[in-house]
Amino acid sequence: MWEYAPAPESRDIANLKPNYRMFVDGKFVEGTGEPLKTINPATEEVLAEVSTASASDVDNAVKAARRAYDRVWSKMPGSERAKYIYRIARQIQERARELAVLESLDNGKPIKESRDVDVPTAAAHFFYHAGWADKLSYAGYGPDPKPLGVAGQVIPWNFPLLMAAWKIAPALACGNTVVLKPAETTPLTALVLADIIQQCDLPPGVVNIIPGAGDVGAALVEHGDVNKVAFTGSTEVGKIIQRQLAGSSKKLTLELGGKAANIVFDDAPLDQAVEGIVNGIFFNQGHVCCAGSRLLVQESVADELLEKLHVRVSTLRVGDPLDKNTDVGAINSREQLTKIKELTESGEAEGAQRWTSSCPLPDKGFFFAPTVFSNVSQAMRIAREEIFGPVLSVLTFRTPDEAVAKANNTPYGLSAGVWTEKGSRILWMAQRMRAGVVWSNTFNRFDPAAPFGGYQESGFGREGGRTGLEAYLDV
Amino acid sequence: MSDRVSVAKTYKLYIGGAFPRSESGRSYPVTDSKGGFLANAAQGSRKDARDAVSAARKAFPGWSGATAYNRGQVLYRVAEVLEGRREQFITEVAASEGVPLKKAQSLVDSAIDRWVWYAGWTDKIAAVLGSSNPVAGPYFSFSTPEPTGVVAVLAPQQSSLLGLVSVIAPVIASGNTCVVITSQERPLPAITLSEVLATSDVPGGVVNIITGRTAEIAPWLASHGDVNALDLTGAPESLRADLERSAAGTVKRVLRNKTGEDFTVTPDLSRIRAYLETKTVWHPMGV
Repeated sequence: MWEYAPAPESRDIANLKPNYRMFVDGKFVEGTGEPLKTINPATEEVLAEVSTASASDVDNAVKAARRAYDRVWSKMPGSERAKYIYRIARQIQERARELAVLESLDNGKPIKESRDVDVPTAAAHFFYHAGWADKLSYAGYGPDPKPLGVAGQVIPWNFPLLMAAWKIAPALACGNTVVLKPAETTPLTALVLADIIQQCDLPPGVVNIIPGAGDVGAALVEHGDVNKVAFTGSTEVGKIIQRQLAGSSKKLTLELGGKAANIVFDDAPLDQAVEGIVNGIFFNQGHVCCAGSRLLVQESVADELLEKLHVRVSTLRVGDPLDKNTDVGAINSREQLTKIKELTESGEAEGAQRWTSSCPLPDKGFFFAPTVFSNVSQAMRIAREEIFGPVLSVLTFRTPDEAVAKANNTPYGLSAGVWTEKGSRILWMAQRMRAGVVWSNTFNRFDPAAPFGGYQESGFGREGGRTGLEAYLDV
Repeated sequence: MSDRVSVAKTYKLYIGGAFPRSESGRSYPVTDSKGGFLANAAQGSRKDARDAVSAARKAFPGWSGATAYNRGQVLYRVAEVLEGRREQFITEVAASEGVPLKKAQSLVDSAIDRWVWYAGWTDKIAAVLGSSNPVAGPYFSFSTPEPTGVVAVLAPQQSSLLGLVSVIAPVIASGNTCVVITSQERPLPAITLSEVLATSDVPGGVVNIITGRTAEIAPWLASHGDVNALDLTGAPESLRADLERSAAGTVKRVLRNKTGEDFTVTPDLSRIRAYLETKTVWHPMGV
């Protein structure tokens, strides 16, 4: 194995400030909730203190969004809205390095991912949706589709800036105004995005960003003057929100958990498949709702593939997220690390065979070595529950029908992967997967032009593409 | 010629392509708008609803896997058979809804035309709602609409045939299967419609029709783990929020449309869209 000298990105680029405030009505203001301290999960040091929203702050933010909607944003021609959204896309590109470093500091993800995936894709989402703002009459929802009003949006900690972009860009393009709550453990890049929005001169109140914990999110989605709720997060919380909104007229879209099957047939190019499997489960430390966390391998190649997989996973470098050579960064929080440990222990207790990379782990911070379980059966918790960490469960199958049955044997349905050289089989499999995204001979690809979202308990509604606009239109 | 005694029809449930009585053994009298007795209808139970969900689930792979062209022909066949029984439906709708024959005639004609309208949609949905996605990379990415699965439909309480057809056809046009709870007080045209479905090449289990008390059966469907979507159109006002809360238990898609929808106007695509998933498939390009 090659030795690598450290190649750390400078943390100064993040322009880290000691204090961050919430963004309401075009201004950065002190929230009246209990301030939170956001930490660097790779070192456990406090990065900054962030003010949070109280119930009255939530109300003020919604009022600001309503005023902006009534007075400015809903009356503005789409062609003008578009130019504001294009400005945001450009500023994200201009401040890409700052955002990438800040994201890696706050979230723990490797800089190569925040730099090459999160930030550029966030910019792409604004750029893509900007173009829709004055073309909505071509989107297939009638000649003059109307916005919904004020959108309350709650996002998770795994892709903090990217999820903010996924939520804000289509909402604005369709003519809605926004109150967004970033995740408690990763509020910083959303607040830099607020700074960008301010610099882009968006009319005050069009976008409001209010940090806080789950109670702030609950207050936001329950607020009587919110017309649209969009949530990305766990299935557990998604169900709570769907219940909360029962009987209301609020439009709801949910992007929830997953337990994706990544299916490898015996004719697949195994080396290529190994790369896809690694990307599928170890990308972003496995903190990905569409992660390929269940590997289904055709029995005849299972041993060979597993051996190749162990060799490849052994080469993954776990450590400093700011090091450009790092493959797997820090687990986002102690809480999440505890959950991953608990589930992996259950895997051992239930009789699965554990293999864990012998890579060195840093002394401080929240880290978990890449782990692969073989001899996994469908009834085990590690085959059913979302681990949301760098842990892969390997099952086997003999026939395509068995692969389909096992892949679909889950209440989730967000994504799936299929590896085979046979084109007709790919399409046959893709048709039978009860999942919103099927990657064939690739994994974890995202693009604003491609609709993304789940079947069944992985949620409803889509983000991206023409289809994604429906979530923010009164149709 | 002596007056002939007519053969009175027994109205039963329609589950899995068969016409069983309610397993509960219950029935309830159905009257016309003036209170005159029309017939006894089966009073469906929780067990009937569960049987119907099983039948709908069993029918789903076949129906969703059928070609869109085939589904279009089946839906068109329903219109044909319905047209052949037009007079019977006019009489039943007039009796059920208390409308003059002329009005009933127009409602039945619209119901027949509605099947034709949706029959024509089956093989256009993917072209209109799907896409080829111009992603920034060497991949072919495309998105296709797919049926969401088993849909529980609470049919409109007022519009006994046109309303019923307007809520069933968009569900099955795209390949879903369904369990329908009919109008509680006006269930007879629905049962006669099931006779039409049974003789129109609609595979057994694709549409299952239950008569009875909406408020009694709906909660079991709303909380059923094998139901993917819920249409609240005919739900009692007092129950709507509760049903939605139950539906959240398995993240069901919920259509909140209320009774009062004007079914005489040509619909848009919203009812079709309500029961569709979008599947995006990616494949690398290269040599």
